[in-house]
Amino acid sequence: MSEPRKALIRAQGLSKTFKLGAKQQRIERTRERVRVAVDDLSFEAYAGEIYGLLGPNGAGKTTTLRLLATLIRPDAGDALLAGKSVVQEPEAVRATIGFLTSELKLEDFFTPNYLFDFFSTLQGVDPSVAAARKDVLFKRFGINEFAEVKVGELSTGMKQKTSLVIAVVHDPDIIIFDEPTNGLDVITAKVVTDYLQELRGAGKTIILSTHIFSLVEKLCDRVGIIIDGRMVADGRLDGVCAGSSLEDRFFELYVQESGEVA
Amino acid sequence: MASRSGFFSVVAKELKRVFTDRRMVLTVVLLPGILIFVMYSIMGEALGRLYQVDEDYRAQAYAVNLPASFEALSEPAGLAFSEAGAGEVAGIKADIAEGSSDLLVVFPADFEASISAALSGSPGGPGGPGSPGGTIPDVQVFFNAGNIESYAAFEITAALLDAYKNAALPLFSVNAADEEFNLAAGSDNPATMYLSSVLPMLILLLLFSGGMGIATESIAGEKERGTIATLLVTPLKRWELAFGKIVSISVVALASGTSSFLGIMLSLPKLLTTEMMGVSGEGLSFGYGFGEYALLFVVIVATVLLFVGVISIVSAFAKTVKEASTLTMPLMILVIFVSLSGLIFPGGQSDWWVYLIPAYNSTQCLNGIFSFNIESWQVLITVCVNVLATGLCVFFLTRMFNNERIMFAR
Repeated sequence: MSEPRKALIRAQGLSKTFKLGAKQQRIERTRERVRVAVDDLSFEAYAGEIYGLLGPNGAGKTTTLRLLATLIRPDAGDALLAGKSVVQEPEAVRATIGFLTSELKLEDFFTPNYLFDFFSTLQGVDPSVAAARKDVLFKRFGINEFAEVKVGELSTGMKQKTSLVIAVVHDPDIIIFDEPTNGLDVITAKVVTDYLQELRGAGKTIILSTHIFSLVEKLCDRVGIIIDGRMVADGRLDGVCAGSSLEDRFFELYVQESGEVA
Repeated sequence: MASRSGFFSVVAKELKRVFTDRRMVLTVVLLPGILIFVMYSIMGEALGRLYQVDEDYRAQAYAVNLPASFEALSEPAGLAFSEAGAGEVAGIKADIAEGSSDLLVVFPADFEASISAALSGSPGGPGGPGSPGGTIPDVQVFFNAGNIESYAAFEITAALLDAYKNAALPLFSVNAADEEFNLAAGSDNPATMYLSSVLPMLILLLLFSGGMGIATESIAGEKERGTIATLLVTPLKRWELAFGKIVSISVVALASGTSSFLGIMLSLPKLLTTEMMGVSGEGLSFGYGFGEYALLFVVIVATVLLFVGVISIVSAFAKTVKEASTLTMPLMILVIFVSLSGLIFPGGQSDWWVYLIPAYNSTQCLNGIFSFNIESWQVLITVCVNVLATGLCVFFLTRMFNNERIMFAR
């Protein structure tokens, strides 16, 4: 009998609402005061796999990832990351994750070299370990020759690579990645997706959000489809698709949930 | 788990951000001092022309053994002397020191006779210069340079005596004895009077504006650029971030304040070399010792921490640097208002409860230090209250860093 797989991410009934301000109500032409961003979301992601959250814009993917990264707190439910609760032990959760999103920026004034050391210190990485890791990662992503160039002067691709490297200074077991290839040129996008597969091979748990079907098909072992904050399908990619293409299956589910594709 | 050095890492990063950036060093640290030096030097020139004693003022001047010939000279010059006896000298000197009288001139008892004798060539005149070994009659003029009117009366008298002396040269001298004729107390000299009334206001404003520029940039700016979120997703404790920010911004504000302070001190000689003071810039002496400077430093540090704490909270509320600057302006006005109290209550207040009011206590302490009128308990209460208030600011800032609506509001 095979050993049961280890769920490193276990979301249980996660819910999150946001109050809409008067300005937001005007923009969206709505009278509702509260917007449900995530509604009773439960799923699991295991060690050594890439889990994809697939959904249209505004479905609640980013909110879910921010809840997992402890940047925001759930109104209800909880999520355990490596056994630590995002509600009870947010600091412990932060030490086990690497979170990467276009929302998180690096200060333009500093160099990749300085930032790597700075974030290593914040993550409590031993300086000798940090130095060895920096050597490997900078070489792996071609950052070496830009190590002393200020972030503000780097190309978009090099900035993204630096952000990725800095997100994993502490060699986290869980990597949370919001729209990993958004805004990247094809070369950098390939470098990033290759690295995610490499991390999976190293036994890490990766959860990413995207609205790109091909990315899910290429990278993800399991997928959760979110529409209007609700998880409408969750499981292994082949199981969710049930013989259809992912795109066809997604729109089938979308029509079931939202009526029609407007 | 979070590294123990999270706080120090934040402080080091913030200081590196400012002190290794030539543009920041220039705009935050060097320029304030240079601008103040230039501005004050120009102001000094202008003030020197403006500051004069009221023309209608009649000085309270006394003279012992007033010679009729000198009285005839002084009356047209607007100086009317009241006759005083030798026994009244001590009392009048005390009045001058207090400021209720302006001037005392003591002529020798036989002043006119000895001058006349000398002029007529008679060697018999007592103390006549013609007599070998004779002493020159000495006229003593007591005044208070801390009192503008007294000093003006002294200047007129000195000029009159000069004219008198030139006519009779070298038959008598003025203030030749080894005695202190300026009866102003150490704390009454024009420089300290100026410092105790104006400097507290300037220091508070400079500290506040120094903190304002850097705190809005460091907190609201990081929020606006999304770089603070990168810190919030690490195990760094929120209080370490809040405290680290406040301490590092305070260091920068202190550097900026020190630059401004140096600008003021270096331009003071020019600012005070005016007709009102009659003091040569080069000869300025404030009389402050190590004790005053140490107290000054302690009060300034506690004050800058408080200011930066409050500005940091306002900056954390704001979504952009621009909004933070706008929100900080009312605070700036409040600081101006509070710092003006130094002009309203010069010399520091003695009521203990005054020192429980943050910022206002700083004004009163600075005032007291500059006028040599400070008690150690006043400084102690002020520092404790301001440090406690800063602690509250760290607490609130920590809560704000934990508040998703504040940190991620759009």
